[in-house]
Amino acid sequence: MKKNHGAMIRKSWDDRIFNTASIVIVCLLTLVVLLPMLNVVACAFSSPKNVGGGRVLLWPVDFTLENFKLALKYRDVWIGYRNTIFYTTVGTFINVIMTLLCAYPLSVKTFSGRHFFNRMFLFTMLFGGGMIANYLLISSLKLLNTVWAVLLPGAMSVYNVMVTRTNIESSIPAELEDSARVDGCSYFQYFWKFVLPLSKPIIAVIAMYYAVGHWNSYFTPFLYLNKRNLYPLQLFLREILINTQIDSSGFTDPELVQAAQNMADTLKYTLIVVSTLPLMCIYPFVQKYFVKGVMIGAVKG
Amino acid sequence: MQWLKNNSPSPEAEGARGQIQKRPAAERLRFALRRDWQLYVLILLPALYILIFCYLPMGGIQLAFRNYRAADGIFGSKWVWFDNFIRFFKSYQFTRVLKNTLILSLYSFAVGMTIPIAFALIFHCIELPRFKKITQSIVTLPHFISVVVLVSMVMQFLNSRVGLYGILYESVTGTYPSDLFGKPAAFRHIYVWSGVWQNFGWSAIIYIATLSGVDYELHEAAQLDGASRFQRVLHVDFPHIAPTVVTLGIMRVGHLLSVGFEKVLLLQNSLNREYSEVISTYVYQVGLAAQMKPDYSYAMAVGLFNSVINLILITLANRMARRLSDTSLW
Repeated sequence: MKKNHGAMIRKSWDDRIFNTASIVIVCLLTLVVLLPMLNVVACAFSSPKNVGGGRVLLWPVDFTLENFKLALKYRDVWIGYRNTIFYTTVGTFINVIMTLLCAYPLSVKTFSGRHFFNRMFLFTMLFGGGMIANYLLISSLKLLNTVWAVLLPGAMSVYNVMVTRTNIESSIPAELEDSARVDGCSYFQYFWKFVLPLSKPIIAVIAMYYAVGHWNSYFTPFLYLNKRNLYPLQLFLREILINTQIDSSGFTDPELVQAAQNMADTLKYTLIVVSTLPLMCIYPFVQKYFVKGVMIGAVKG
Repeated sequence: MQWLKNNSPSPEAEGARGQIQKRPAAERLRFALRRDWQLYVLILLPALYILIFCYLPMGGIQLAFRNYRAADGIFGSKWVWFDNFIRFFKSYQFTRVLKNTLILSLYSFAVGMTIPIAFALIFHCIELPRFKKITQSIVTLPHFISVVVLVSMVMQFLNSRVGLYGILYESVTGTYPSDLFGKPAAFRHIYVWSGVWQNFGWSAIIYIATLSGVDYELHEAAQLDGASRFQRVLHVDFPHIAPTVVTLGIMRVGHLLSVGFEKVLLLQNSLNREYSEVISTYVYQVGLAAQMKPDYSYAMAVGLFNSVINLILITLANRMARRLSDTSLW
């Protein structure tokens, strides 16, 4: 339809210039985003000598997989990966359950506590106790240095609850609930038999958001954990990438330590790729869910 | 942001409440509990979570008015009222952290709002669906990179010898650039522009989607009246996304004083601290990072100062938005 309309209008010269300029600007911005990422990947696959000599731009020089072999011999990477996968799966599971348990009652228009709970939850989006108070809470609950310190503080995001609630309200017709109630369906049954199956799309969206959050989170574990075998990948990355500490005990073989020091810069690129690759590989397939999430959260649902 | 405005009870709920309200409070409650007990059971766990992990720490704020000593406990420590606040206002750090926080957040607010809007408006003018799909996928991709990886990418990228910036600079001018991380004043630009690089595509999604709802007949009418393409962008497209801009703007104003703390902390080093110390990193430094003698009460007072200002800012922004346009958060 739109195209027909467009064809009907005569394209003036300033239209053409504007269109061309738009394409050029968008291309340039895309390149600005793309090139640094390509550079990282190229460096990760290049030999350390060339990376150190500053000869690698956008394509690997002396293509090699040695960097990856070395990175994967680094024990911390494996520990980090294991913990991150644990936090991401268990954490997301908790998140989704809590969010649904909260969103459904809030979506029931006749729920007598709706107003109260709404206010109670929304207020936490505006004001909070702050970092120190949270830290004191976690430490007085004796959760420091346990996996619960990572899983519990972020067990539910009020923003996602509100998004889910709006979605349940708008995607499930009120008549369905009315007729189910008339037929003697309890709230439990209705939640289990209608709300859950009908909310699959929004569950996918919020699960994805929570999962990325867990995968990328570093500050909560950084604050509450100091046992290395509980560290998620991001904390090890912080040590290696930003503080440039390669823990020699992470390698089992002393010769590897020396090798790692020599190629520290290349190793950084490699670790960036190793840690980010899973997300980047999944992204094209799940992009539409994320975009949908933005829309549900912001546009009138 | 419909869910934020939609707090007024629906007619049905109003009706139900009207019925109940005639009875005395205790009976009302009993009736509500008997009718809705299953809903209360469902929401029990989330409500407990919010009580423990959000409201309990708010109770801990009283420590800001006490002189906390671990031996005395939270409730046994001596009241000092506003001493901690006065100490903060009088310290040399006060103007420094406040200035850094304000500059950093206003800078990223200005750039972080305008670039996605401009990008969306330009992007909307293109009529090549395939091209749009690919470019949009690419520009949204960096949003999913973690802060740790982003900061290390920035460090590698700006490396004056092996980074892309260094290599390109060298090939153009023949000399290696000076180390940007050694220049404290460069911190702000690094912080803001790396944020733009990571998020402009993602932030533009909402505007692009809103723009797809522009009525094409408006464009036709404007064109018949002789409006150029640029004028149409300004007078047809932009007004269409203005409400969205206002809503997102208010949301950001509320967090004006809470700059991306995690990223600042990672980008911070001993050289740039003069420019990079913001309120939240200062709270962290005096409260938690100080191994020997963590000053919880003082840190909490500083943090409380921050949250109260944020609360005031979002309230003011909301009031202003309501006066200027029909869009507001509540």
